Amino acid sequence: MATTEILLAGFGGQGILFAGKILAYCGLTDGKELSWLPSYGPEMRGGTCNCSVCISDKPIGSPLVLTPDILIAMNQPSFDKFVKEVRPGGKVFYDSTLIEADCDRTDIELFGIPSQQLADDNALRGGSNIILLGKLIKETELFSVETMKKGIEKVVPPSKAALIPNNFKAIEIGMSN
Amino acid sequence: MAVVFERPKSLIDIPTHYCPGCTHGIVHRILCEVIDEMGIEGDTIGVCPVGCSVMAYDYFNCDMIEAAHGRAPAVATGVKRTNPDKFVFTYQGDGDLAAIGTAETVHVAARGENIVVIFINNTIYGMTGGQMAPTTLPGQVTQTTPFGRDPELAGYPVRVSEMVSTLSGCALAQRVAVDSVPHIREAKKAIRKAFENQKAGKGLSLVEVLSTCPTNWGLTPIEAIKRLQDEMIPYYPLGVYKDVDEGVFPKHSDSEGGEK
Amino acid sequence: MERNLMKGNEALAEAAIRAGCKCFFGYPITPQTELAAYMAKRMHKAGGVFLQAESEIAAVNMVLGAASTGVRAMTSSSSPGVSLKSEGVSYIAGSDLPAVIINVQRGGPGLGGIQPSQADYWQATKALGHGDFQLIVYAPASVQEMVDFVVKAFDRADKYRMPAMILADGLLGQMMEPVSFPEINADAYDKSSWAADGHKFKREHHIINSLYLKPDELENSIVERYKRYDIIKETETDAELYLTEDCDILLCAFGATARVVKSAVNDARALGIKAGLFRPKTLWPFPVKEINEAAKTAKTLLSVEMSMGQMVDDIRLAINCSRPVEFYGRTGGVIPTPAEVLEQIKRIGGTL
Repeated sequence: MATTEILLAGFGGQGILFAGKILAYCGLTDGKELSWLPSYGPEMRGGTCNCSVCISDKPIGSPLVLTPDILIAMNQPSFDKFVKEVRPGGKVFYDSTLIEADCDRTDIELFGIPSQQLADDNALRGGSNIILLGKLIKETELFSVETMKKGIEKVVPPSKAALIPNNFKAIEIGMSN
Repeated sequence: MAVVFERPKSLIDIPTHYCPGCTHGIVHRILCEVIDEMGIEGDTIGVCPVGCSVMAYDYFNCDMIEAAHGRAPAVATGVKRTNPDKFVFTYQGDGDLAAIGTAETVHVAARGENIVVIFINNTIYGMTGGQMAPTTLPGQVTQTTPFGRDPELAGYPVRVSEMVSTLSGCALAQRVAVDSVPHIREAKKAIRKAFENQKAGKGLSLVEVLSTCPTNWGLTPIEAIKRLQDEMIPYYPLGVYKDVDEGVFPKHSDSEGGEK
Repeated sequence: MERNLMKGNEALAEAAIRAGCKCFFGYPITPQTELAAYMAKRMHKAGGVFLQAESEIAAVNMVLGAASTGVRAMTSSSSPGVSLKSEGVSYIAGSDLPAVIINVQRGGPGLGGIQPSQADYWQATKALGHGDFQLIVYAPASVQEMVDFVVKAFDRADKYRMPAMILADGLLGQMMEPVSFPEINADAYDKSSWAADGHKFKREHHIINSLYLKPDELENSIVERYKRYDIIKETETDAELYLTEDCDILLCAFGATARVVKSAVNDARALGIKAGLFRPKTLWPFPVKEINEAAKTAKTLLSVEMSMGQMVDDIRLAINCSRPVEFYGRTGGVIPTPAEVLEQIKRIGGTL
């Protein structure tokens, strides 16, 4: 496997860094090389937020993802800004509840699901990010469901362990949409 | 013949660099008497300032550390936090403690560091040749206040004991003087109390010592003592500004503790 | 060995504790704050001291105090805070005390920015304070090296009785990577001949001091220190040489920038351009032998930095100006991209 470069972007508070961490732990679980790099600074107070994750069989060079193979977009500004940068052949996963996908590129694949709506419908408040991860593993060969579940177990802090089943459910919803 | 008076063992027997008539020697001596009487020289680490007493490390026989200007309380904090069973003191002048090191002074007291601060207040920068200190009195002529300290131009003096006494981590704030035998005895008692406080883990103990600087004041030693009595003591009243007998932190066995 | 996923800042802290660091004094500043937060959580369990100081100045002087008693001590900050520490660093060096100082660099001058930068290279290698002195400066390029170099920094600081610095940057501090903690057997150095930890009436009193009023005594102390520096220059340099055996163009980069450059070197090789990478792991001492080895076949050198080119002169001196040394950099918190660097490689060196 060559290096897979993933960019996750949205508003602060949508769980961008959290979802990125799950992907990073998936890489760790599968014995891959990986890096996780957050944007930092005022973003944590509600501005735009993004996170670079690289997964590879070889040591990671630059951890900063500029031309992602996979883009996960959770708000309109992030989609508009980064969809142009996706590498040809790349895949874009986005929340169609919040994003109108106005994009005429034919060299990338777009996967929009109403993840915010699905989260609300299933009483999974704040689960939109995880639903998108479910969609991601359905449409790519990146990680197995088992790996993803292990990743979630590692990232959810012990004090919130009761939420792990909800996250698993969110993965399943993402995979069936 | 019985020996009735001798040099403290913790005061090294060499000539000091202090000017004739300077009261640093008195303070060094009573500090060392306390160290000897408590038998703690081997467990004491002193921190020197920058100023006239910068080379006090050559005079005290305990282990000594030379700090940067104003930073002695921070250095002492590093020593005490990693060596809580040792006695730690700083010895600082007015420029060091109350000008460049004000933040360190305030916070060492706010944290209630269990150390002793000996503060020599002689209202002038001695080492650099007689400039205005934070404690220089209004009207006092120095090299940098040639027309007398004008508060409108140069601000007011800092009353350190009063200021530090307002901080919750301060266990003892006492101002003493070394102008007379009774005052010197009082000063020694205060220093002893400060070290006993440290032994009992009570918190920060500061002893402010009103001192003279005949050289930079341009006075004879006797005139200098008189100035201390006539001008300094009225502005900087002697006395105990804070004395927290039970210590500044609640004892762990005592659930009712807290700030008094 | 178990792989953990950790932020660079946290890995620095954990490695320090495992290396026997007994106290940490710090002050919050982005982008290194996770280090202090980690210490606050973890240090007391390790039987050590964590204290948030009232300023960077106080923090470094607390380090001086603790180090004076023979304890392994550390402080960390980011660029503006490191400037404040420079006074204490000079005193630590002048008092021949071991200590570790971390700089997770951000953009400057002044308040600058909070994004990654390497613009404190000069400060770290030439003038982190007044007077004749040096620090050993390590430049990690991965979270794993954050760990490895902290362990080394504590060891060398003790060995040579001098301050050692980890010169990282915001990118390395904030990123997570797999990291393993090696079994650390912190070599015990006997500090009983100098530490001021109370003489117990068993020895002469010890004085920790940097003041010498007699010029010849001060000179002697400095000359002695520089003899140690000579040994360090001889024995402590370290660098990575990547695809340098046949290179026409040798790229020079340290820290996070070296990762970007490595990607560009690989891309250049794929285009048939013989590019190589020289990555100093020690910035002081600068790896002179190593760069000359790396540059054997190079016609041109290209330094890539997150600054306006602070390493360029060291490279020129190291190779005696025998080849042109070009520069490409981004500054102010901007991270150069592999594509930008590749353009420079094409422009300068091995155009086909």
